Parts: sequence; C-alpha cells; structure tokens
Amino acid sequence: MSKFPKLLIATAVASLTAAPVMAEKLGLGRQATEAEIAAWNLDVFPDGSNLPDGQGDVLTGEEVFAEHCAACHGDFAEGAGNWPKLAGGVDTLADEDPLKTVGSYWPYLSTSFDYVRRSMPFGGAQTMSNDDVYAIVAYILYSNDLVDEDFTLSKETFMSVEMPNSDGFIVDGREETEYGAFTNRCMEGCKPEVVKITKNVVFPGDPNAGAVSSETAATEVAPSEEAPTEAIEAAVTFDADLAEKGAKVFKKCKACHKVGEGAKNGAGPILNGIWGRQAAAVDGFKYSKPMKALGETGAVWNEETLSGYLANPRKYLKGTKMSFAGLKKEKDMAAILEFLKANSQ
Amino acid sequence: MVDSSTKQGASRRAFLKGAAATGAALGSVGAAKAASDDPLITEVQDWTSGLGDGVDATPYGMPIEYEGDVVRRTVEWLTADQISSINFTPIHALDGTITPQGCAFERHHSGAITLKKEDYRLMINGLVDTPLVFTYEDLERFPRVTQTFFLECAANTGMEWAGAQLNGSQYTHGMIHNMEYTGVTLRTLLEEAGLGAMGAIKDKWVYVEGADASSNGRSIPLEKALDDCMIAFKANGEALRMEHGYPVRLVVPGWEGNMWVKWLRRIEIMDRPVESREETSKYTDTLADGTSRKWTWVMDAKSVITSPSPQMPIKHGKGPLVITGLAWSGRGAITAVDVSLDGGVTWQEARLAEPGKPMAMSRFYLDINWQGEEMFLQSRAMDDTGYVQPTKTQLREVRGLNSIYHNNCIQTWHVNANGEANNVEVS
Repeated sequence: MSKFPKLLIATAVASLTAAPVMAEKLGLGRQATEAEIAAWNLDVFPDGSNLPDGQGDVLTGEEVFAEHCAACHGDFAEGAGNWPKLAGGVDTLADEDPLKTVGSYWPYLSTSFDYVRRSMPFGGAQTMSNDDVYAIVAYILYSNDLVDEDFTLSKETFMSVEMPNSDGFIVDGREETEYGAFTNRCMEGCKPEVVKITKNVVFPGDPNAGAVSSETAATEVAPSEEAPTEAIEAAVTFDADLAEKGAKVFKKCKACHKVGEGAKNGAGPILNGIWGRQAAAVDGFKYSKPMKALGETGAVWNEETLSGYLANPRKYLKGTKMSFAGLKKEKDMAAILEFLKANSQ
Repeated sequence: MVDSSTKQGASRRAFLKGAAATGAALGSVGAAKAASDDPLITEVQDWTSGLGDGVDATPYGMPIEYEGDVVRRTVEWLTADQISSINFTPIHALDGTITPQGCAFERHHSGAITLKKEDYRLMINGLVDTPLVFTYEDLERFPRVTQTFFLECAANTGMEWAGAQLNGSQYTHGMIHNMEYTGVTLRTLLEEAGLGAMGAIKDKWVYVEGADASSNGRSIPLEKALDDCMIAFKANGEALRMEHGYPVRLVVPGWEGNMWVKWLRRIEIMDRPVESREETSKYTDTLADGTSRKWTWVMDAKSVITSPSPQMPIKHGKGPLVITGLAWSGRGAITAVDVSLDGGVTWQEARLAEPGKPMAMSRFYLDINWQGEEMFLQSRAMDDTGYVQPTKTQLREVRGLNSIYHNNCIQTWHVNANGEANNVEVS
C-alpha cells in the first residue's frame, strides 16, 4: 500500500475560473488559544499518538458498557435490532454476507477510541470520562476475543493490541482496474441477442407500504366506543408554551424514545400517554426487572414520580435500563414534564 | 370538478385514438379533432371569476398542495432509527438540474442540529503558521465564489449491488442533489492561516469535522483541499437548510457526500490521515476476496432515467414520449449520454439540455414515438476523461457483490405495454 494516493485532480479547469486571487492576508479571525485547540482537537492516530491520560479494564468496561451502550449494541456487543454489531464476524469478509465489526473489520484500534470518545453514547456524546472510554474499548476488545479479561487499556498498552483486519485494506485501485476497461461506447449489436429479465425487483411497491398498512390496521382497530369518554376523563390541562420548550429538551431523549403520531417503541418505550399511566405498561416493550417490579406495585407516572426518575434515573430505580445521566436544570424538568403531559392528551 | 376532469380524460383518449387511427409518424400529425367541447374552456371557472391569495399569504412560499407528493422519502427499515438515517430526493418528479433545498436528500449521523450563526466558530489549526478562529461574520468578509456541484452519497444505489431491490429512481438513485453554492474557497481560508512553514503540500492532509455529535471527521489530501474545495454558507441563493449543515458546510466537488462535512467547525492540517470511523469502518468497499478498498473518494460517471420509471409510469398512452434523466461525473464534465430502449443491444445519443459542467449534474432528453412496445430503458453517461458508465456485470467482475458503496452501474427499467415500469436486471 502506498503511503499516499496518486491524486488525479481533473478539476483544475473548473476550479479556478472564478476563484479570487489575494495578494495578502486580510487579517480576519483571531488566533486560537491553546485551551480552545485542546478542547476540540480530540484526534487519535493509528500509532496511538494524541491519546489522553487514563485507563480502563475489561471488568469495569463491562459495567460501563451495560450502562451506556448495551441498549443498542447488546449486552455482549452483539447488537440489538438494526443497531451496529460490535463483535464477531472474523473471517467472514469474503462471505456472501460479511459481518463487519470492530473485531472483524476495523483496521485500527485508534478509530474505536476516537469514535467512542467523540460521538458515543448516542444522544450523550462527550459526557463520559476518558477512563470510561478506555474501559468501554477494552470491553469491546474482550467481546471480540482480542484481549483477556484481566486486560487494562491505556496509552501504554494500546499498541500491544493486534487488530485482525489491519492488513485488509488497499488504496483505491480504480485507476488501474477500472478506468482503462470502462471505455467502450458500443452503439449497435452490443449484446448477441434480445435481452431477458434475469432478476425482478425485490420490493415491487412503495418500500414503506408494508409498515404503513400495518400501522393503519392497528389504529383502525384501536378506537372503541368507550374511547371518547376515556379520553375526556384522561384529559390533562397543560401549558403549550412550556410544552414547546419541553420539545427541545426532549432532544436528549429522542435517540431512544419516540412520541407523537406514528411513534413506536425504540430502544426505550413509546411515551404517548405516559402521564397518569402505570409504570412498565407499554405492550411489547421489554422492561428491566426493577421497572417491571415498580409497575407491579401500581406506581403511576405523574409529576412526583417522573421528576424523581428523570432527575437521576439510576439512583431512583437501581438497575433501570435507561442510560440517561439525568436532568440537572429545574427549568428543563418543568418543560419536559409539560411536554410529556401534552403528549398524553 | 369531477365531471369536467372526466370529460377532459375522454377528450384526451379521443385525441390518442385519433392519432393512432391516422397511423401517421410523429411530427407529421397535428392535434386531432376534439370529440366534444371542454367545459374547462367553455365554462367560466371559479379561479377566473374570483380572486386569488394576496401577497404575503405565505411569506416563504411552499409548493402548491397538488405537488405534495414531491417530497423526500425515507425507507424506514433501512436503518435502526430516523436520527442516524437517510432519505431520498424525489428525482423522479423533478426536472432541470438544480435540486430545491427543501426536497434535497438528508443524511445525518447524529441528527440535524440547530446551530445559530452567533454561536458558530470555525477553527483552523495544525501545521499552519497561525491557528485561527473565525466567526460566521468573518467568513462573509472573505472574497466570495459561487459554483454549482452535485453531492452524491457513496451509498447511493448501494442496495442494488445484490439485485434489483427498490422500485423507483427516488430510492435507487435519490441520495443525490445538485446545488449552486456560495462561499469562500478553502484555499483562501488556509492561506489566511498561513501555509509557509509546513513544507511540501504533496504529503499533507486536512482533517475536517462537524459540530454535531457524530463529528463525522474525514481526512482529505491537502492537494484537493487547495484545488477546488470551498466552505459554503448559501445554496441556491439562500442560507443552507439546517439539514444540510446551516450555517456552514464543506463542499468537496466530485467526491463522496460524506466528506462534505456539515456544521463544519474545525479544519486541521496534518502530515497523515486520522483513519476515522467514516474512512475505515464505513465508506470503504469490500472486494470479493475480502480485502477492502479505502480512500475511494471520487464518484465516477453515472446516470439514471428519472422518467419513465417505476414512480413515473407512462399514463398518456401511445405517441410522443419524453424520456429524461440525470447524469454526473466526479471526474469532470458530462460529454454525452446514450439511451437504450432494448436493454443495451442498441444505443442512441440523447440531447443534453446544456453542455456539461465539471462535477455538476446534466439533464438529458430523448424524444420518441412510443407505440406500446415493451422497453428495457437504460442510460449511459460519458465524461471528459473518456470513461463510459459500466454495466452492473462489469462492476461485479471487478468488485464482487459486497462493495455496497460507489455503485455507478447502468440502471434498467422494464416498461410494459401499459406503460408501467419496474426495476429489473437483464441478461
């Protein structure tokens, strides 16, 4: 693999026709401070350079992973639903259906660390300590059988990990393998005979049609004659402005929770109608044991219970699956409660 | 209204019947005789006698309700959720070359964020003479450029590697848009930070990242950055939409859409690539033997017939038919587009609406007299490097079935005698 690709910049003609030519600098902007650069420059390179201080072991990683990652990536990094699988798949890359994971595909360990530190968990990026990031990455390595369970990941041990697919990449070779071959502009008799269909379309109609019709069916069945009375009894008054502010706060939640028309269960249960509903009462959602137990006591979601839970979920209900750090600001709490109320009309 | 439209339909049928009866060739026959008077013409209509909306009824105008179907659409089951997801431009229903922002496809890795101009900062650091921070206002004071480019997601047509999957050009080819961008060249900004001390350009890279949670960092050779990249704050004359990176995105002409970082917040010059998630685990092309190509940045020449197509069946019956579509190349300008009606046995050159522009979309038309015959419609683009858009078979011979990304194969629509079109593969 060459260190650097031979670039074909075919674009010089296009690019400079209207580009301004400046004789000297304009003196715009200001110098960046060291603290500013340090805050944004999180790059970690394949050779481990620019890794932060800190460390994390596999066992700690298992706990942190269960808390922050398992809702989407599965307890053993095997993936849940359509979310990415992080473990397994070694030696499947030439198969009909390759399984691309950190273990089977990612060439550099630095990429995992860099990505987890910048972007994970989904909906709570850059809220974890460097130690937790080290621990999570150590656990992902363990899930891929790449380290033992007593392994501790740090700057010092980083380069000792061998990634199985580190030699699996070549630099774009289209110039050699394709560009010379794809030049025949045949106009007549380009195929020996009349063409036939070899494959028909797999999804013939609107690709969303299946999903839409089952939803329609569900809503058509749902209303019963008693529904209107129930709705009136259940009606709650709410402050629309505050609820609107709550919609913004809800951005913290919506990676896992859906609300509104057409909402479905995601990594968390659907929240339509949560106000005044018993805990753990959404059909088809797999609640944690403590949440189910809470529901069995008859606990109902209201101002008191919701504000307690959302302020510090894991303290309020030890063992909850909800990987959310908690709402710190009273203002945000009031707004989100109003938003949930508004979605329970 | 129901009445009049029925009659209108009847008169159209009569026209077609008349045209067929004469058996005349296209061009030699004028409009046929109307069977009856059209009340849309003979009767005074409400819109003619009454008044329409006043100015400012919609301070920012949206398409009229009758065009409500011409919208971006996602395919829900393709991704785990709708935040890290994709939708598709309704290219089947558009014409010309410019994609309106409101229906230009979206691809987010951590959702479309809302970032105010006042809160926007762009940092340039790394191997520059002086690391700098710009505000949005600063950026508007640099000399400005305006140019049109297409942006194609590397995964556009990716579903189709294994077979004919989704039925519509929107879904098979809609991860693309073409806009006129206004902004500042990346060269201008990098030179402001100073390139004097870093040494040779050849082996340097820029790393670009966004302000959203995904960060979506990508490494780009400095040579490309200085050649034609720009940072854009306007598209099609107005501010970027939030879903396209408001207030500032990167423009990387001809290269895969993932590199056009949205909500651009930092540009670092470095002596090697970062090998970020988006340039190793994603956007790399796995070959049949299990090795994978990386740094496959350029989007090769490609085209698709947008109408007729599965979402745009022929409803008007036999006679004059406009076949139209789009063509583009990341390596230069489109020089010609050919269309085949028989699945690639014979080809004829289509008409380009305008001469091709480098790394921007071209619109092509082929006007035919369709007599209800079965068609296997294909289009094939040529660019100014001499490249001819390949068939799916040609691509599979080189890359196998698992490449996912960078599928620029020739697309086939099967049109039956009723004018209905379906996505197929042919021999």
